[in-house]
Amino acid sequence: MLYARRAWIVLWKDLLTERRSKESLNALLFFTLLLLFLFQFALGPDRDRLRAALPGLLWLGLVLAGLLGLGRTFIAERDNDCWEGLRLTPGDKSAIYLGKLLGNFILMVVVEVLLLALFGFFYDVDIGPALGKLSVVLLLGTTGLAAVGTLFAAMTAQLRARELLFPVLLLPAQVPILLATVSATAAALDGQPLAEVSHWLKLLAGADVVYVAIGIMTFEFILDV
Amino acid sequence: MSEHVEMTRALGWLALIALLAGLVAGFGYAPREETQGNVQRIMYLHVPSVLTAYLAFGLVLLGSAAYLLTRRAGWDRLAASAAEIGVVFTAITIVSGSIWGRPTWGVWWTWDARLTSTAVLLLVYVGYLLLRAMVDEPETRARYAAVVGIVGAANIPIVHFSVYWWRALHQPAAMLGPGRTPMPASMQMVVLVNWIAFTLLFAYFLSRRLQIARLEESA
Repeated sequence: MLYARRAWIVLWKDLLTERRSKESLNALLFFTLLLLFLFQFALGPDRDRLRAALPGLLWLGLVLAGLLGLGRTFIAERDNDCWEGLRLTPGDKSAIYLGKLLGNFILMVVVEVLLLALFGFFYDVDIGPALGKLSVVLLLGTTGLAAVGTLFAAMTAQLRARELLFPVLLLPAQVPILLATVSATAAALDGQPLAEVSHWLKLLAGADVVYVAIGIMTFEFILDV
Repeated sequence: MSEHVEMTRALGWLALIALLAGLVAGFGYAPREETQGNVQRIMYLHVPSVLTAYLAFGLVLLGSAAYLLTRRAGWDRLAASAAEIGVVFTAITIVSGSIWGRPTWGVWWTWDARLTSTAVLLLVYVGYLLLRAMVDEPETRARYAAVVGIVGAANIPIVHFSVYWWRALHQPAAMLGPGRTPMPASMQMVVLVNWIAFTLLFAYFLSRRLQIARLEESA
């Protein structure tokens, strides 16, 4: 109970500061909009080509947004000298990880909702019929992305080469998530039932469990006790 | 200390002899493969090096987990040394596979399942080494690297399955994989000799690298 409350306090603190400063969210939303334009410029005006590349672009956009957004997870603590405060928190440190993870998850989901709407608007894709299936894929994929991202963000927050190391560590670890989500998203947009890609969803779920479990187990070592 | 040096030296000679034996076996004893010709002999370098790389990454996981549990610097040295050697052997695997692929498949690189997952493996552990290079404080470096080592190892089976399915959706793996027919006993023999040679070489490298790591730490 106390554990859940600790995680909740971290989450609530992050959501509150984010709501008041809107520092990450505003920049992320603008960034994803920019990406959308860049994809369009890179691939040219051909509608069919864009539509074929859509699942890949969507997830590439989310991963790139994740690199920016997740990488900032512990920046507030570092800049405001609150790292010691985190370290002095009594009890199991993984509660902090869970709180941060949930905060990142919520942040990413907000970005995803907007990105999906923009994709539908700019690229003329009918998201509506696939929405239910897409949200399953999105939630599973986001969990994996946020789980590893939060862990590595805590690690790189204190390092001098943070901007470089965070993607270098996170991207290879995200290969399975990217492969699974892009395949599943393609199937969902194609109108196929989710049962067709159940092996991908199982892989995503399995990967999520593994990543979150490792995060919970190893987070205290990153915080240094 | 000197005993250790003696042992390392002996290991080195053993590895050298085994490698020479493997070379002679690969070019002299092993039969010429009928369809692929002499190119197939690359396998005697390719298969042992990938097996050695897996051994190395297994040791990275062992060293990482043991370090977090015991906080003894020796485990961190093991993980760091094994990771460096593992990256070298993974690179040898990919390069030799690529040289084999050029005459066999007609391209240097193809997004074959095994090729791709090996490449991802290389990226993961190069990231591990980059992290080590960028953290100066030894104790922090050991902790962070251990976490990355554990995440990396846990990711290997997930990467493997995802890449396999990803390719399986597009084209049957059998088309790209080396023939499914069982290998003749003489070829298996040569692979085995080379595998032993590579394992000895790995043990020698590891022993040397651990020595260097110890000297660096005491300096």
